[in-house]
Amino acid sequence: MINLNPLWDWFRTLHETTGINLTIFYDPFDRARFFNGFLTSLRLMAICLVASVVIGVVGAWVQRSRMLVLRAITQGYVQFFRNTPPLVQLYFFYFALGSYVRITSPTGLSVPAVSNFSWAAIGLSLYAGAFNIEIFRAGIEAVPRETIEAAEALGYSRLKAYVYIILPLAFRISLPALNNNLVNLVKTTTIAYAIAVPEMLYVANQIWSDELNVPEMMNVLLVIYVSLVALLVFVMGRWERALRVPGYTPA
Amino acid sequence: MPAWTPDQPLIRIRDVHLSFGAVQVLNGISLDVMKGDVICIIGPSGAGKSTLLRCVNALVPIDRGSILVEGQEVHDAKLDKLALRRKVGMVFQQYNLFPHRTALDNVMMAPIHVLKRPRGEVEQEARALMRKVRLEGKEGSYPGELSGGQQQRVAIARSLAMQPDVMLFDEVTAALDPETVKEVLVTIRELAEEGMTCMIVTHEMGFAREIADEIYFTDRGVVVEHGPPAEFFAHSRDPRTRQFLSQIL
Repeated sequence: MINLNPLWDWFRTLHETTGINLTIFYDPFDRARFFNGFLTSLRLMAICLVASVVIGVVGAWVQRSRMLVLRAITQGYVQFFRNTPPLVQLYFFYFALGSYVRITSPTGLSVPAVSNFSWAAIGLSLYAGAFNIEIFRAGIEAVPRETIEAAEALGYSRLKAYVYIILPLAFRISLPALNNNLVNLVKTTTIAYAIAVPEMLYVANQIWSDELNVPEMMNVLLVIYVSLVALLVFVMGRWERALRVPGYTPA
Repeated sequence: MPAWTPDQPLIRIRDVHLSFGAVQVLNGISLDVMKGDVICIIGPSGAGKSTLLRCVNALVPIDRGSILVEGQEVHDAKLDKLALRRKVGMVFQQYNLFPHRTALDNVMMAPIHVLKRPRGEVEQEARALMRKVRLEGKEGSYPGELSGGQQQRVAIARSLAMQPDVMLFDEVTAALDPETVKEVLVTIRELAEEGMTCMIVTHEMGFAREIADEIYFTDRGVVVEHGPPAEFFAHSRDPRTRQFLSQIL
């Protein structure tokens, strides 16, 4: 283990000499709760990123279904989540749905069956997933009809053509728009604050209420979110390059 | 229905009608293709030649009539399209390769994904097919890195990998540079010489004359006239055929 005490002491001295109060470094209690908030944010982001992409892929497939009912349901879902504010959605899940979904605990009390973290993960995944469906749909529409026909002529079923040909091509076309939406999702996880999920913004608020160091914590949040988004953009950029096909420029 | 035997037409097209909206594309077309036959379908654009090929492969449903492939009615709601498409290979004007996979992958994909055959075995065959279409050394190239003629030969190999009983060629040289047309035609000729049953829609009259067992001239959705090449080109009877031939020969 590296001894980080000199670093923590440096932040304490910084506070004493300049007044810049970063308790999250030199105060063990603040450090622990901020780190937990950071991890909670990361978990929420990771779950929502994966789940929203899965929703997008599956939803875009269902939108091509021959069954009108399935298409209508998907379309309804997309419209609902695209056209209402994410914060309202989250409140709806947590306060409206959450009040119905309750179980009786071993002690006999009625408690929520779904935690606020889970509601945030579900709500944000559905929110970003709705946009991902539209993003993938646009990518699918850009795959030439003739390419799909060639797959059909080789005996590919609809599902196999989707998995092996349509989706890989649509995905490449969709990546820039998907990047945007995922960046947006990473930032939007902060609204989990509103239903008391102890994510980064929430714990930062607790800390600045206790320590009265609002400007410092604001800057900390700024730096961390910029870094996280930069990391995501970097990874997505690498992915985009890895998927690039020689001699092929998507439409 | 009695089982199909090789002495019956491999493809039997009878009185097929098809319209797209108000446009009558196929207007009672009939023809037979025997096993091992090479037939060429020629005619002015809009005659329904490409549409006919697509109907044989069940890519386009017909309004009326009958298309039997090895005795199996193609336009039957209960048709197993996969089984049909295993028998019928198709090569398109625009190649339509899968751009995200290498040439070799393009050839291997359908046998692995559709027929669920083991990869090692498929790869051996695919490499042999790449040699057959004279593309040895291009296995790792992506379609975007190949010339039109090379792409079209990959497309032919891709179809052959499914071991079809009949190959449909839909104006496969129409999008090619004049100098690469030949390499594709050579490949098709070799296939024909090996006994592959072929239905070829083409504008290459010299090629049709040389390769076909039977030439069909179509116009406005019907067969106007047909016959063996020597007879057809020398002694066409119908004025429409003569007019068409005089324009292009």
